[in-house]
Amino acid sequence: MNIANFFRNYFEKNGIGLGTFLLVAVVFWVVVLIILPQLSMLDFSFRHHLPPPEMGGPKDVYTLEHYEYLILGAPGADTSYNVVDLGVFGRTLMAAVFVTLLNLVICYPIAYYLAQTKGGGGYTRILVLLLIIPYWINEILRAFAFRIIFGDSGLINETLLVFGLIDNPVDFIRANVALYAGLGYAYILLMIFPIYNVIESLDRNQIEAARDMGASWTRIHWRVVIPYAKPGISSGCTMVFMLTAGALAAPQILGGPSSLWFTQIIYQWFNQGGNWPRGAAFAIVLLVTCVIIVLSMMRIFKVRMGDIGK
Amino acid sequence: MSKGVGVDLEDVCIRFGDFVAVREANVSIKGGEFFSFLGPSGCGKTTILRAVSGFLEPSEGRVMIGGKDMAGFGPNKRPTALIFQNLALFPLMKVWENITFSLEVQGVGKAARRKRADELLEMIALTGQGDKLPSELSGGQKQRVAIARALCAEPDVLLLDEPLSALDLKLRQHMRTELREIQKRVGITFIYITHDQGEALTMSDNVAVMRAGIVDQISDGHSIYNDPATPFVASFVGENNVFRGKVKSINGDHAVIDTNRSGDLVARIATSAKGSLNIGDPAMMFLRPEACKIATDTSAAQNRLTAKVLHEEFEGQIYNVFLEGAQGKEIKMSLVNVGQERQSKHSNELTLEYNPDQAVILPAGELASE
Ligand SMILES: Nc1ncnc2c1ncn2[C@@H]1O[C@H](COP(=O)(O)OP(=O)(O)OP(=O)(O)O)[C@@H](O)[C@H]1O
Ligand SMILES: [Mg+2]
Repeated sequence: MNIANFFRNYFEKNGIGLGTFLLVAVVFWVVVLIILPQLSMLDFSFRHHLPPPEMGGPKDVYTLEHYEYLILGAPGADTSYNVVDLGVFGRTLMAAVFVTLLNLVICYPIAYYLAQTKGGGGYTRILVLLLIIPYWINEILRAFAFRIIFGDSGLINETLLVFGLIDNPVDFIRANVALYAGLGYAYILLMIFPIYNVIESLDRNQIEAARDMGASWTRIHWRVVIPYAKPGISSGCTMVFMLTAGALAAPQILGGPSSLWFTQIIYQWFNQGGNWPRGAAFAIVLLVTCVIIVLSMMRIFKVRMGDIGK
Repeated sequence: MSKGVGVDLEDVCIRFGDFVAVREANVSIKGGEFFSFLGPSGCGKTTILRAVSGFLEPSEGRVMIGGKDMAGFGPNKRPTALIFQNLALFPLMKVWENITFSLEVQGVGKAARRKRADELLEMIALTGQGDKLPSELSGGQKQRVAIARALCAEPDVLLLDEPLSALDLKLRQHMRTELREIQKRVGITFIYITHDQGEALTMSDNVAVMRAGIVDQISDGHSIYNDPATPFVASFVGENNVFRGKVKSINGDHAVIDTNRSGDLVARIATSAKGSLNIGDPAMMFLRPEACKIATDTSAAQNRLTAKVLHEEFEGQIYNVFLEGAQGKEIKMSLVNVGQERQSKHSNELTLEYNPDQAVILPAGELASE
């Protein structure tokens, strides 16, 4: 009833031609580009890894084998859990949380500054350009640039050596400093812009009113700006967290020899291992865990789904 | 609550780059006074208020509060509280948290804050509404919450930047009375900004009229209305018929000006112009519509004018009659409606008359633009 009405209104508003086109485009996008691939991944993850001739044959039945593998390891392994993969999984999530928080701490002041001085002319615009232009360069080049900066004879080590702050180059790559810096930098815009957007709409008078009533800057941010910016902060954090946990290029290029990102394991199963079902299962575990983490964070910080789109 | 803290502006100039927003303002506001700044949009009212509250340091001159130079004191260090034009309530805090924010800043415990909030809510007649969000209140209620929030800080001086401008007429008139009552009750100094002369005149002990960064006149509403200091004040506050001319003769408190269209007219010399007005000076005479009467004696005199009725507006308690004097001079007259016969039919020739004490003569100067 309602749906019929909705469609009637919809077509009246957009006309038959445009209306149909929009509808088809949206359905195509959602179904073909988003839902179907994910469903087929889900389907894959429950199947045995079979050579092509046996696919669709009698052996091709649903199984939890790959999920079991992630948790328990290969059958007959000497530990009762898959310590290696689970360890990487846990470390990846922790690192993603850490990178997200680091990003937030760095980006909030920048976003606040940009939003509050938007009328301020030249400097603000230059700062925005400085933020955006590096993103014209592709991700891999940027990651290699970081590798160079943080390398043994890179800019940072050279500078520290020249000033005599260190005697030997620090191995930033092995210490994963380069990795965290690279990951942090990779999604900085996705943190800044949502926060910038909300703070921009904050009435400056509220800040002044709080100041007039004697509030310190810390309290103004804590009680007035941050609560107001919460939707922006959570959408920034969500994006950065999801993308960091799912990043591949930066860990590949900047990660130390001992560090493995969970996506690298997934990648190995898909590519080197050629075991798509296992890769799919791992990827789905990562996705579902990330979604659960994000949703519980939203619950804890009392952010509603609807706020995020703001 | 500390009472009676005065505010003095001494030679205050405020510049934004080359632009002078306020020039040489000398204003002395007594403690416990309801003081208004009245002026057209963009004349620098908000700028002055920001200088008093500390958001802005004057480029020159001093701002004194309670006799103490406020230079270097930020807004959080001054005994002032500002009510913003758009109120600036915190949308995500409950009403009671909004009201007691200043106590929260001081580290007062929650129970004590809640108690104080309830007292203030009672004062503003919003008992029991403390747990609402500001968005759940009506315009007038928000207004009162903003006042309570400012008063909660127990300021010595309350600064109000056109706080009623967003309200509808009825509510505005109601809030005027309410504000005035609150001010009498708490007894602190109120500095009120408005471009609405009705507000300024009804509420204030004293009014400063501003024109493009200059304070033209400071005095009580009565004198502002009846004895304006400049042509700008005369034309900005209330309505006035303006007659331009040259001073022809001066006789004690009165002068006669020779207007080119309406002949010689006599009026009282404004207090500010006494002694400085000379024969031959360009001058202006201001005649209020309500000071005009229909004369029974139609012989020529220096306080009579002949005019033709153009049209009439009936406003209820008064009739506004629009007339055309000699050579197209427009004149407006207001007659109190006492049920008299409407003798001002179209193109009726009338003789108007006024009491020369109720019109003022000032040296010619800039008028308020309509
Ligand atoms: N930060 C600023 N930088 C430059 N010019 C400013 C600034 N603030 C105010 N001005 C200028 O100073 C003048 C006075 O502004 P102000 O805000 O005091 O006007 P106002 O009398 O409060 O007007 P309104 O009744 O419209 O609020 C205006 O011409 C304005 O453009
Ligand atoms: Mg203003």
